[in-house]
Amino acid sequence: MDYINIFIRSIFIDNMVFAYFFGMCSYLAVSKTVNTSFGLGLAVTFVLSITVPVNYLLNDYVLSEGALVWLDNLLGVKEPLFAEFDLSFLSFIMFIAVIASMVQLVEMVVEKFAPTLYSQLGIFLPLIAVNCAILGGSLFMQEREYANLGEATVFGVGSGIGWLLAIVGIAAIREKIQYSDIPAPLRGLGITFIVTGLMGVAFMSFMGIQL
Amino acid sequence: MSSEKEPLFSAKNLKLITTPLGAQNPITIQVLGICSALAVTVKLEPAIVLSISVMFVTVFSNLIISLLRNTIPSRIRIIVQLVVVASLVIIVDQVLKAFAYEVSLQLSVFVGLIITNCIIMGRLEAFALGNKPWPAVLDGIGNGAGYGFILIVVAFFRELLGTGFLTLPGLGAMQVIPDVFYQWGYANNGFMILPPMALIVVGIIIWVQRSRNKDLIES
Repeated sequence: MDYINIFIRSIFIDNMVFAYFFGMCSYLAVSKTVNTSFGLGLAVTFVLSITVPVNYLLNDYVLSEGALVWLDNLLGVKEPLFAEFDLSFLSFIMFIAVIASMVQLVEMVVEKFAPTLYSQLGIFLPLIAVNCAILGGSLFMQEREYANLGEATVFGVGSGIGWLLAIVGIAAIREKIQYSDIPAPLRGLGITFIVTGLMGVAFMSFMGIQL
Repeated sequence: MSSEKEPLFSAKNLKLITTPLGAQNPITIQVLGICSALAVTVKLEPAIVLSISVMFVTVFSNLIISLLRNTIPSRIRIIVQLVVVASLVIIVDQVLKAFAYEVSLQLSVFVGLIITNCIIMGRLEAFALGNKPWPAVLDGIGNGAGYGFILIVVAFFRELLGTGFLTLPGLGAMQVIPDVFYQWGYANNGFMILPPMALIVVGIIIWVQRSRNKDLIES
């Protein structure tokens, strides 16, 4: 039951784009056509659903306070030695290292097995490493203290799908809006901001849903 | 070298500071750094603190990368940049936790997200990798200030119209709109506090800016 709740929450209520503005840079830059934005959305979903669980394990077994207790048990130390370490100040640099290497891995896999998608995504695939949505997913995972690996994974997948929905939605609107008569200073970036704001208002109607 | 050294604040160098405030603003023109910018603008205080933090990181990461620019192999430059930026952000995070704990709670994950703030990577790639340290520092100051300027303007309007208060660092919340107004029937617009309004306020800022400067209009 908890899983479904987290899943729905992360897609609709805590939507990465509309509630926290994560990944706005690529969201605004890539959302010109539906096709490419769908590909980027899939890549982001994929990377999120790998990095959030990996970082969850890293956080649980290495970084947080008392996490290294297994090392004590392994070495057979009587007094707590490693268990007293609190390495959580290192979490930023560890998370970003995991993300950067995962993105590199995904890039190689995609290049090998799906060359067409690879050439479509182009520069945006490596840029996922610096997409705030990915690091934000890991940091929220750490802050909200999910109970187990399953919950963290579901949260990762759900956030990715939420981001995918948002970017495909705005891309479709932008394709249509080209034919509208918008005041000249608002054209392009300005109207995209305002439309995103209105979409955010619409997504807020999901607020308070509990399953 | 010293004979033709240009003065520290030559016209060209000063321009590095002033253009990001207006015609080359990182948020409204270059579309960089929007991710973390909008979520912290509910109140003025976290917006000011985040602006100062981002400015610190842009200045020092620009300086460090610019000093190292001839030694970094271009294939691994993203990793090198991320390590430099992440270390600086850890410093900022620890300082905030030690000296401004309340604000660091409000900022929560957004301090960490300075790492992936596109302003920083964008300026490192576009400027620091190809320029000398001093111009790179000025570019960092300018872009940090341009980012902070938009953040503070958005936060000012959202907090003023949304709650009637303004929160300044060290001073706490101050009521700006007098009680008389409320008796006359003025009401706070609670909508301004909600996340989507940040986007709409930035949209309006872009509208105002581009109406005043016709060169910026997209065709």
